[in-house]
This record gives sequence, C-alpha cells and structure tokens, in this order.
Amino acid sequence: MKNNQQYFFPHKPEAWRPNPWDFIIFFIIFAIFFALASIGGDMNTPYEVGETLPITLDPRALPGYGVRTVIRMFIAMFFSLVFALTIGTLAAKYKRAERVIIPAIDILQSVPILGFLSITIVGFIWLFPGSLLGPEFAAIFAIFTSQAWNMMLSVYQSLKTVPDDLREAARMFHLSAWQRFWRLDIPFAMPSLLWNTMMSMSGGWFFLVAAEAISVSNQEIMLPGIGSYIAMAIERANLTAVGYAIAAMLIIILLYDQLLFRPLIKWSEKFKAEQAAYDETSRSWVLSLLRRAHFWRVIGGAIGRSIDAIINCRWLLTKPTAKPTHILPPALRVPSKVMNLFWDFIIYAVAIGSFAIFVNFILQNLNFQEVAHVFYLGAITAVRIVVLIIIASLIWVPVGVWVGMRPKVAQIVQPVAQFLAAFPANLLFPLVVLMIVKYSLNIEIWTTPLMILGTQWYILFNVIAGASSLPKDLYHVAENFGLKKWLWWKRLALPAIFPFYITGALTAAGGAWNASIVAEVVCWGDVTLIATGLGAYIHEYTEIGDFPRIALGIGVMCIYVIAFNRLFWQKLYNRAEARYRLN
Amino acid sequence: MDALIKLETIRKSFPKPDKQELLVLEDIDLNLHEGEIVALLGKSGSGKSTLLRIIAGLVEPSSGMLKYKNKPVRGPVQGISMVFQHFALMPWLTVLQNVELGLEAQGIPRDERRKRSLKAIDTIGLDGFESAFPKELSGGMRQRVGVARALVVNPDVLLMDEPFSALDVLTAENLRSDLLNVWQEKQTPLKCILCVTHDISEAAIIADRILVFDSDPGCIRTEIKVDLPHPRNEDDPKVKSLIDDIYTAMTSMKTDERLVAAQYKHNDIDFGYRLPDIEVSELTGLLEEIGSDGNEADKKVHHLQDLAESLHLDVDDLFPLIDALDFMHFARIDEGDIAPTPAGEKFANADILERKEIFASHLLQYVPLAKYIRHKLDSAPNHRMNEEKFLDELEQYFSEEEAKRVLTTAIEWARYAEIFAYNVNNRVLSLEDPD
Repeated sequence: MKNNQQYFFPHKPEAWRPNPWDFIIFFIIFAIFFALASIGGDMNTPYEVGETLPITLDPRALPGYGVRTVIRMFIAMFFSLVFALTIGTLAAKYKRAERVIIPAIDILQSVPILGFLSITIVGFIWLFPGSLLGPEFAAIFAIFTSQAWNMMLSVYQSLKTVPDDLREAARMFHLSAWQRFWRLDIPFAMPSLLWNTMMSMSGGWFFLVAAEAISVSNQEIMLPGIGSYIAMAIERANLTAVGYAIAAMLIIILLYDQLLFRPLIKWSEKFKAEQAAYDETSRSWVLSLLRRAHFWRVIGGAIGRSIDAIINCRWLLTKPTAKPTHILPPALRVPSKVMNLFWDFIIYAVAIGSFAIFVNFILQNLNFQEVAHVFYLGAITAVRIVVLIIIASLIWVPVGVWVGMRPKVAQIVQPVAQFLAAFPANLLFPLVVLMIVKYSLNIEIWTTPLMILGTQWYILFNVIAGASSLPKDLYHVAENFGLKKWLWWKRLALPAIFPFYITGALTAAGGAWNASIVAEVVCWGDVTLIATGLGAYIHEYTEIGDFPRIALGIGVMCIYVIAFNRLFWQKLYNRAEARYRLN
Repeated sequence: MDALIKLETIRKSFPKPDKQELLVLEDIDLNLHEGEIVALLGKSGSGKSTLLRIIAGLVEPSSGMLKYKNKPVRGPVQGISMVFQHFALMPWLTVLQNVELGLEAQGIPRDERRKRSLKAIDTIGLDGFESAFPKELSGGMRQRVGVARALVVNPDVLLMDEPFSALDVLTAENLRSDLLNVWQEKQTPLKCILCVTHDISEAAIIADRILVFDSDPGCIRTEIKVDLPHPRNEDDPKVKSLIDDIYTAMTSMKTDERLVAAQYKHNDIDFGYRLPDIEVSELTGLLEEIGSDGNEADKKVHHLQDLAESLHLDVDDLFPLIDALDFMHFARIDEGDIAPTPAGEKFANADILERKEIFASHLLQYVPLAKYIRHKLDSAPNHRMNEEKFLDELEQYFSEEEAKRVLTTAIEWARYAEIFAYNVNNRVLSLEDPD
C-alpha cells in the first residue's frame, strides 16, 4: 500500500495523534500476530512416522484447527505467488522458456493433487526426519499444487498483453529491468492475479481433506486442521461434527474474504488499465477503516518509502547495457537460429527419453491389458463428466442468465456461489451414502454428482458475467420486437453468453476430472462405496502406494484431459471468440 | 554548427513470410539542429512514426547510421525524450509518480526527484493534480502529464508522436500554445523538438522546418523552411499561404510525370497497391460535395485546403480519399485542387442503383485486385474460393496484417458494388447472393 499524499498536500501532516480507528486496527493486527506466533512453533514438533496425532471432534478445538489450516493455505499461497511471478515472468519474457513452461503447466494442471502428494510425501518425510515439518510441507505442497498453475498462467497472460506504448515509455525513460518489473509488469498483472488467487483459495479448500489427512503410500497421517477434522468426522460417522466443520469453514472464508481479499480487490482497482473514470464496483469496510486510521497513514508512508527504496535500490539499477551493434547484415545473425535448433533438439531428446522411461517403467510392472483396462476406466469417467456438464449446463445457464440480468440479485449470488465452490465434496459424503443405502440406489450413477460439486459454479459465474455484460440496448431491442421464449434464447441470450459459457464449462470439466478421485470413492463411517472409474482407480492405489499403477492412472488422466481440451474445448473456444465476442 | 542528431541513409524493412523484405523507410538523410522545431508531416502508414522510433532508439534501423551528439545511438539514450500519441501513462501511478518515473530510473534521490517533478508539474500547468490518477483526468490533462514526464529529465531533444491527435481541437490548441511558451521562454534546457503530425495547420503553426513525407516506401519528399515569427495565427495571411504551399507540395508529389504528359493522367494502380482504409460512403460523400449539379460548373474545382476546412477533415482523412477518387477516375487532383471527372459527376447525381453500376464498372476497370478476384471467381468451380488464397498472394506485397486490411477494403467495396459476396464464417468469397 503506497500512500505518499502527505508529501505534496498543501497543509503539513498533523502530528501523530491516535484516533479511535487506530485502536481497532491495533487490536486486529496483534490478534493475528499472536495466533501466528503460537501456531508456528507447533508445526515443528517432533514426530515419527506411524505416530497418530490426536484429532478431537470437540468443537472447541475447531478455532485452533482453523488457524492452522489457514496458515497452511497462506504459506502455500505465498509460494504460489512467488512461483507465479517468477515462472510466469520467465515464460512471458523468454521464448525458449515459454516453449517448455507453457506445455508443462498444461500437463501439471491436469495431474490430480493426490498424485503430487503420493510422489512427494516420502521425500518430504525423508527431508525432515523426526519432525512434523515433513508431513506439514507435503500438505502445503499439495495445497500449492491446487493453487499455483492458474495464478502462473494469469501472470503470463497479463505480461503478454502489456500495451506496446507503456513498454516503449518504460524503455524511453531508461527503467532498469528490476524497475520495469515493479513499475510496469507487476501492476499490470495485479487485478487478474488477485482474482485468480481468490479462485485458487477456493480450489485449495476443495482438496483440503486430501491434503491434510494424508493416507498415501501406507502412511496415515492426520495433521491438525479442518481437513483432518472432516476426515475424522466422516470416519466416525459423526453428523454433528460435520455441521461444526461446515460452520467453521463458512466463518473462516467469510473472515479472510472480508479482511483480506475485499480490501485487496478494492485497492487493486487502481491498477486496472482501462483509463475510464471511477466506477464503484466493489466496496470494502476494512479498507475504508484502514484509510481512516492515522496510524495506518504513518505505516503506509513508511511502507511506501521502503518499497520505493527496494525498487530503486542502487545496486539493482544496472542500466540495460546498450546491446552490441545489431546493425549487421542479416546473414551474420544466423547463430541464433542454430541455437534455437539446438534448444529444440535438447527438448525433444529429453521428452522422448522421459516418455520411453515412463512407458518402460509402467510396462515392466504392468501388462498391456491393465493399461487398456485403465483407458477403459478413463472412458467411464469421461462419460460421467460429459453427462454432468450437460446436466449442469441445463440447470445453470438459465439460472445464470436470469441472475445476470438482475444486478442486485447477482451481487448476492456471487459470494454465495464462491463459498459453494470452496465446499469440499467430502462434506456431502454422509448425505450421499445415507441416500444410496436407504433407497438402495445405483452407486455408479448416484456418486457422480459429487464430481461436479465444486466446479459447476464456474459455469454459473461465467454465465452471470456474460449476461450482465450484455448491453441493455440489446435486451430492449429484443423486448421491442417481441422476441419470446425459444426465439429469445436462440437469437439473444445463448449467442451472447456463448464465449463466457465455454470458458466456464472448460474450467468445470477440467476440475471434474480432478474431483473424480475424491468423488468416486465415498466413505461414511464403516460404509465405503466405490464406483467404477479412473478416479477410484487412482484413489485405491494411492492409498497403498503402488507407484507403477499411480503413474499409469495419472498418465492416462492427463491424456484424457489434454485430449478433451485440445480436440474439443480449444476449438469451441476459438470459434466462440471469433464469432460471438462483443467488441 | 554540428547537428544534434544526424541520420545517414537510414533504411528500415520488415521481414515477410516469404523471405522477401517489406521496405518501410528508404534512405532517410536528416539533420536536427539546435534551436529548431521540426515537423514531420505525412499520411498515415507512411512510416513517419517508425522513423521517430528509430531516432528514439526504440526501433533498430535495418541499415544506415544514427548519431546523437556525434555518438552512434543503439537503444534509448539519455538526452532524448518522447511524448506518446496515446499518452502511455502508467494508470496505477499518480500524476506525480508518473512524472517521477524517468528520474527514478536515473537513480536520483527521492527528495530531489520530488522537487524537480513538482517544478515540472508547475511549468506545464498541472498543479493541484499531483495526487490524481490518470484515469481521473481528461485527455488534455493526461497529455500534459506526458509532456511533464518527458521534460522533467531535462532532455536536449523532445520527440513527439502525433501528441495532439487524440485531443479535441480546442484542447489541442491550448496545449500546443502552452508547449510553445515553454519552448520560447527557455524554461527547460530543451534544444530541439521533432514532432510527427498529420495535421497541416499544426505543422504550419509550430514548425521552423517542415519535412513532407511520402509513402511506399517512406522517404522525405520535400522540405519547407518557415521563417515566420511565433506565435503564429492560423488566420494570418502568411500562415494561410504557407498552408496552401504545403497542400500543393503534398499533392504534386507524384505529379512530376503527369506534367510532362500534355494532358492529365490518373494515377493508375497495380495489384500490389495499398488500398486505403476507406468506406464507400465516404467516397460518395466527398463526390457529392464536389460534383453535385447544385454547384456551378466553375465551382466544381475545389481548393483542397478549403475542402478540408469545410468538411473538418485532416490530412489523414482527406488524402486517402482524394487518392482513391483519383485512381478510380472519379476526380482529378492537381496542384492542391480537385475537380470531378465526367464519370464522377454522373455518379454524384445518380440514384442508388445507378451509382452501384457506375462504381462496379470503375472498380473492375481500375482496381486490379477487384478485377483479379472477380476473374478467379468466374472461372472457379461453384464460383467459390477461400480468401486464404488471395491473402497469400497479397502477402507478396504487404505484411500479413496489411494484406488482411487491403483485402477487407476490397471486399467491402465489392460488396457495395455487388460484384462478389463474402461469408465471414467460412471466409469464402463467392458470386452467390446471400440466402
């Protein structure tokens, strides 16, 4: 937060006298510090693998668990941010890096979180022997993998679209690479990065149980936290505890939304590149409060000065050294082409090599039939996802259009849907199991809705955004000409929201693959219901730590996700962009 | 006296997909001296902005020598500063922070930075807006920030890329005179201004030397020295006659050969001609203005300067239009005057359907690209072809983007003339009527 106003206001800044707001801010900040300090110590307690950590279902333990969960999420968030800014910048600035990073991220995005956990848990435990830090880091890493990729892509995309004239201005005024990064690149990427960070937090919650209650490779570790609390409640079939967990989650999400994201979003409005006059899109009582407090102004000034000092740090001010004479005949510039070829050669060699090793590893341990079987399982899961996307679209497209046309309703629906997107599927296990057992329903069909539980909201979000961005004129025209019913949908609503809908459905489908691992195996107390599918396959073998089969399962899932994206969604998306996008 | 900036045989070309090169600037020789304001005047797409960026060090010339104070320039140098057409302000920085940007980059301490920036802000008349964000400001105020940001680093040379073209007339005039004030009272160590513009009267008002730019490839055709004292007024007869000279210079550029021939010769174009980005309605409008029967016969010859004034068109709008009227054989342009041809007059006084017929016949006769496409479609099976094929052929002459633009213009004219149809979804050109 930069606040330089005192330096050029006509009147001198008043002497620092606390006002009531200062006390409120002080109180909040100290409470946070205190909580952080006391939890930080706990993370490093001695621990041996095999030990069970006591997780109690007493609701009084929940605030503590909540704080620990939140700290894990924020540590993961911190690393995601660092990752997004460094790797995203690298990919945007260097062509050669881009050609490796972007496809890699595409694949990593489709690797399920449990996959990362099963591969890394052993390594982390080995890194920190005899300490809880190992499993802690494994959990944080798992949360990281559910947050980092889309944040990185958002930074990459923003940096790719920095307007030319701003770039030229930065060069013209001799900003060093370091200064340009802070003065141009970061601010430009900020609004979309923040939005993606918020989405990532929701994604983190969805897989929280898997990340905290680690049951992979025959390790049964339950880290103190809300995820473990939920896992324990499910194991003990304790409905009241599930209720407590939901309440705790709701409160935590509400708190960090109000205390952190709202103020940040409001603050980031100034980074929006559109040079239009202010329109009040969001409001934050916390930010207004902060801006009113004297104490904050002093702190803000200090922070402003230190940021200034960092950005303009003398030894980082290396001038972009004048490039060696490039005024050469084109014939002499060939070497860069040779380098490119060389680079390509290395990439392809590594790719082919690792593919060979991967296939070899799987085929050494498994036979061809098993591979075919896993592809068959993948097909079953694919059918589920296709059917679910169709059903979810039939429900949420009309709802989204209805909501989008009513801004007041949209303001209420958006945060609710955001909370629902964070809602872990595990919390619905009791409901699903009880229904299936009571009415003896088909497991193959009735566990499936869990897969789309978290991701269907992306369809709703995007449809709302589409419907509300449509110019009012068009609605009036439709009304004026008496467009009714199907004709209204066919000629107005559907084409208008189409590009938005595709974006939402694409995200929803991708997420559903990931969620299948949680959704195809449903437990409640002693009852475990297993549906046939790729998700269940991966889940099963992750628990016993059968690496060849985990690798096979994950590999096949990646192939399905990428094939769907490339062959179906990408094409639809391009068409939608070309044909239906307004402006 | 040595030139501040010296350009010797600067060429710039861009690579094209087929390994040929697209020549944008050809053999530019130019010296900028201390104490002068130079205006670079030309139509859009003539490469004048590219030349400015080469001088700024933002774009590398393909060959040639560029020197600032006798040292070769490779990349932006201290001492040369720039004002951008669309301001290029960082929207997340306040006015003060934006102005400070260049000083920050030089590693100047915070307090001195602030002092100098505040002074620059005062000079350019922005005081009171220090803490505002660019989006709170009007276009004119934003460009003031752009000027303050450029001046605060105490440059020798100020480059301006159509600095007033994004502003309305009054605001532009106001900012222009304020800037000239700063220049004349020597409030900064500024030694030279180079201003790219397409506004003829702007060039006449500010410049000590006007360089008239010609396109395809870009080169300096004429140089006009101006010895009028500042401040100049557009209504001053001397300024008026200067503007008239500039119009004449701009229209007689390519008429050298015409003068040799005994009678007027239209500028006939070939397949690789850069069709201007013009709507049929604009052509029609201009023809109506000069060729309607309401006008007396002798009044059908128009002074371009008067026409530009009465229609509120600047060079960027007017010249492509008169070029098009010329090569379509609808009007003759000579020495700053324009007059309709008989066909042009007939067109101006026809009804909609007749107009389409006249336009179609001229299009097929005088625009080789349209003729070629029609010919290909006539002989194609089903009379359908993908636009891709024509784009490929046009890319022999233009960049990919430019080829697309030229084809789009040709399609638009042809649609009006109903000589062929186009479907945007499958990008197919055809002779069919739409369903």
